[in-house]
Amino acid sequence: MAVVDQSAAPVSAERSAARARKPNKLFRNLTAKIAMIPLVFVSVGVFVGFTIWTIVYSFTSSKLLPKLNFVGFEQYTRLWADRRWLQSIENLAIFGFFSLILTLVVGFTLAALLDRKIRGEDVFRTIILYPFALSFIVTGLVWQWILNPQFGIQHIVQSLGWTSFQFDPLNNPDIVLYGILIAGIWQGTGLIMCIMLAGLRGIDDDIWKAAKVDGIGTLKTYLRIIIPMMRPVFITSLVLIAAGIIKVYDLVVAQTSGGPGLASQMPAMYVYDYMFGGQNLGQGFAASTMMLVTVAIILIPWAYLEFGGKKRG
Amino acid sequence: MADTAASTSRGPRGPKPKRIFSGTNILLYGILILVSLYYLVPLWVMIMTSLKTMPEIRIGNVFAPPVEITFQPWIQAWSQHCTGLVCKGLSPGFWNSVQILVPSVILSIVIASINGYALINWKFKGSEVFFVILMIGAFIPYQIMLYPMVIMLRELGVYGSLTGLVIVHTIFGMPILTLLFRNYFSSVPEELFKAARVDGAGFWGIYFRIMLPMALPIFVVAIILQVTGIWNDFLFGVVFISKAENYPMTVQLNNIVNSVQGIKEYNVNMAATLLTGLVPLVVYFLSGKLFVRGIAAGAVKG
Repeated sequence: MAVVDQSAAPVSAERSAARARKPNKLFRNLTAKIAMIPLVFVSVGVFVGFTIWTIVYSFTSSKLLPKLNFVGFEQYTRLWADRRWLQSIENLAIFGFFSLILTLVVGFTLAALLDRKIRGEDVFRTIILYPFALSFIVTGLVWQWILNPQFGIQHIVQSLGWTSFQFDPLNNPDIVLYGILIAGIWQGTGLIMCIMLAGLRGIDDDIWKAAKVDGIGTLKTYLRIIIPMMRPVFITSLVLIAAGIIKVYDLVVAQTSGGPGLASQMPAMYVYDYMFGGQNLGQGFAASTMMLVTVAIILIPWAYLEFGGKKRG
Repeated sequence: MADTAASTSRGPRGPKPKRIFSGTNILLYGILILVSLYYLVPLWVMIMTSLKTMPEIRIGNVFAPPVEITFQPWIQAWSQHCTGLVCKGLSPGFWNSVQILVPSVILSIVIASINGYALINWKFKGSEVFFVILMIGAFIPYQIMLYPMVIMLRELGVYGSLTGLVIVHTIFGMPILTLLFRNYFSSVPEELFKAARVDGAGFWGIYFRIMLPMALPIFVVAIILQVTGIWNDFLFGVVFISKAENYPMTVQLNNIVNSVQGIKEYNVNMAATLLTGLVPLVVYFLSGKLFVRGIAAGAVKG
């Protein structure tokens, strides 16, 4: 199918470089290029094109339909004056902060425990990871039921004799985010534990032996030697968790629908409601652009740390 | 235990700990068992609640096993529960999800495997650039691409239909799957490809006769990844499906459980939740280590 004679090329290590020097470049390996059309379309057309489209339209006054009448930063000023948006950002910050710290700490601790040559490692790993296979909707609904004040944890503790016990996170605006946090941690720590465990297994035996010889305790070895060595793993986990947090949507929809009041609203819900519910497209576009900016703020330093200087290939 | 040394990617090695009931060990297993309870309790509660009758739920506690086991909530959740005027339970959602799942999984994996193969063996000027853009795209919040996607699907005449959702899943599944296949094919010795070229095999010849048979394990990983991912999707289902009868199972589940009208039937709700979680759970428990490999492939860049 491909109409190229490659017999001269294998000498060169970089096949593509050798090929590129020959004439009639565009039609060389035509089949391969045709096969790559989906990739090119999705990367350039969808990911770049759609993103730019939304950013451009976020500077317009689009209401029911997208229209190109530019109004500058008006949508953004309105967005940052909206109580609901501000509340969502605050919620996301609180939820994100605790979610990040807890997932990292719990994920690493569990990985370290599983790495202590224990019996039944597979069983424990299977148990800790299975929630990750479940959807956020299922997660949210189960925890909604367990945290149900009438039948769940609060009721049980009360019926055990502690009648003044109060734990009703999903209906208490002050602690609703922690109710969601419990569910989020339940679903997400398994993944981080697996990544951390892979990282721990990658650490050379000799490090442990050296630490032992030097008389450094186990805990201290973890804190002073192992964790600094696992920096790349931690950074990868951090990026994964952060990217997940910013997108948090289904979990909250299932567990609280953003309530009580605005107490568990999230940016992704704001975007959805304005784009598909409120028919105020400009606001939805502006809000989603802000989400992209947030991701970029996290991602760009990471990409710089991770790939800065060296080229991937 | 003090001299424990973890090593290699295969797992712990060396002699087993000598004293099983040492202080450290009791603490270690104690913590692990407590933690396991936190992870297991929701599953337990789901199963127990779904087997109870409503009167029993009202008097008992959520952790207690049922006194009298009933399967009525399951039947109710599957085929009788009413949302609005339609009383078909979750089963239409299940079949919608299946109809979305099967073509999406096949289409996305076929495209991604060809892309990954072409990216490694048929590089052309700029092919890596497209790949890098695709990888960056994996981190872009979906929200920013939703509306243009709606417009595109509308132009194609598939907005609101299951076909539209299949296209969406294929597009958004591409970054991770392409990465998966690209990394796999990059580990295949180049000489193999060259030898096939010398023997006169073309793009498709090499793909079907050499790469495809070799990559079977990675296809399984990709299937696991896609089945759980697509089955669990909620956002795309809500955005790109316009008619209630076309909703995938997750969306229907949420509508059933969080509906404000009618008396809350917690047992039916939990049976419905379990039913929705069943497909990914079965995949998870059957796939074992391959599932871990799938998520690791998604997490750690190659």
